[in-house]
Amino acid sequence: MEKNKNFEEQMAELEKIVTELEKGDLSLDDSVAKFEEGIKLSKECNKVLEEAEKKITILVNQDGDMKEENFDAENN
Amino acid sequence: MKYANIAITVSYLNQYIKEKIANDEYLNHILIKGEISNFKHHYTGHMYFTLKDEKSLVKCIMFKSYAQKLNFTPKDGMKVFILGSVSVFERDGVYQVYAQAMEEDGVGDLYAKYQELKEKLEKEGLFDEAHKKPIPVIPKVIGVLTSQTGSVIRDIINVSTRRNPNVYIRLLPVAVQGEGAAEKIADGIRYMNQNHLADVLILARGGGSLEDLWPFNEEIVARAIYDSEIPIISAVGHETDFSISDFVADLRAPTPSAAAELAVPDIYEVKQKILGYQNRLRISLIKKVELMQMRYEKCMASSVFKEPTRKIQDQYLVVDQYIKKLENIIKTKYEKEKSTFIELTAKLDAYSPLKTLLRGYSITEKDGKIVNKVAELKSGDEILIRLADGKKNATIRD
Repeated sequence: MEKNKNFEEQMAELEKIVTELEKGDLSLDDSVAKFEEGIKLSKECNKVLEEAEKKITILVNQDGDMKEENFDAENN
Repeated sequence: MKYANIAITVSYLNQYIKEKIANDEYLNHILIKGEISNFKHHYTGHMYFTLKDEKSLVKCIMFKSYAQKLNFTPKDGMKVFILGSVSVFERDGVYQVYAQAMEEDGVGDLYAKYQELKEKLEKEGLFDEAHKKPIPVIPKVIGVLTSQTGSVIRDIINVSTRRNPNVYIRLLPVAVQGEGAAEKIADGIRYMNQNHLADVLILARGGGSLEDLWPFNEEIVARAIYDSEIPIISAVGHETDFSISDFVADLRAPTPSAAAELAVPDIYEVKQKILGYQNRLRISLIKKVELMQMRYEKCMASSVFKEPTRKIQDQYLVVDQYIKKLENIIKTKYEKEKSTFIELTAKLDAYSPLKTLLRGYSITEKDGKIVNKVAELKSGDEILIRLADGKKNATIRD
């Protein structure tokens, strides 16, 4: 679940960078650096969303330990 | 006296009614439910009370022989089922229920238990807002605790996949009603926590009676929710039902579908948000560059660069001005000095011996000193005679 926490942090970081840049009081170099950092971060966020893959599973107790199997609600 | 022979007596009336009721099969074996009020347990052992519902009430009596067999002590406000018969108490012209058996009506006492537990947990602070955890904005795994059959899990899956086609739902099937359900639910919550199997948990079940929903009003479920590290959204029963789980949970949703909507972010919106950020980044950078551009151009436009020598010329001007000033000063100074000089020389002339020379006089000097007495001279002395236009040497003859 750790990775997910990062996604939220990444989004928060992205928000922070955008507001900082919008303030406009950074030097030109810093602005360019912040811009690049922001764009890179936004691409990473998009990647996380693209990579996520649909999974609907059910935890089944098979003689003592839990197994995770795919679950199809329709024919259950 | 008019109707004397045809009017019936009161007791005849009551007796007649009593007969009527006594002959009614149904009224001899009836099962009634209601709430006990102004209950009195007479010293004779008989119990007198009224049974009521929202709209009406009926008097009841339970003779000692039946009362002794009760396994609970009836008290006001208790909801009960009564098996008995109806009969008329002729003297007062009142019909009553003669109770032969009585049993607590679960709902009544269940509701009381619900209230009691609710107050207890509330006092203990299990409902406090401060303790409630925020629902993650973009959870990766949605844990669901509900029964694996039925529409609830289907609704949750449908809503979730609509909002996020790549959603990850992990269902832990649990019994949602009946004996032992509460324990399974509590264990389920703990299991999901211990193994970090979700970023948010949905606890859901469809509508039902208070009894059906009862597991979600059990204390162990309440405590399991309270102790859960993973934020929990509770969606139990109909919109109007409020279970204790709803109060303890981090967030209450009116229906399972609503719970899915609260748990699963709409991916399209998230992507739009990211796109928005990218645009704002570009726009602010462009604005920054434009700003810098403008400042650059302003500098370039300034005279310093356009006519670089201008600055120097300006300096020349300044220097010239100083020089002029100097000249003026010197000139005026010179003039002033000159005029004082003239003045002085004029004065000098006025007293100057040369003036007298001009008038034909001369000055005699001996050994560089002016002689002004004859006695100072003796024959043969060398003397110098200074006239206006020059001087001559001479010797004294006598």
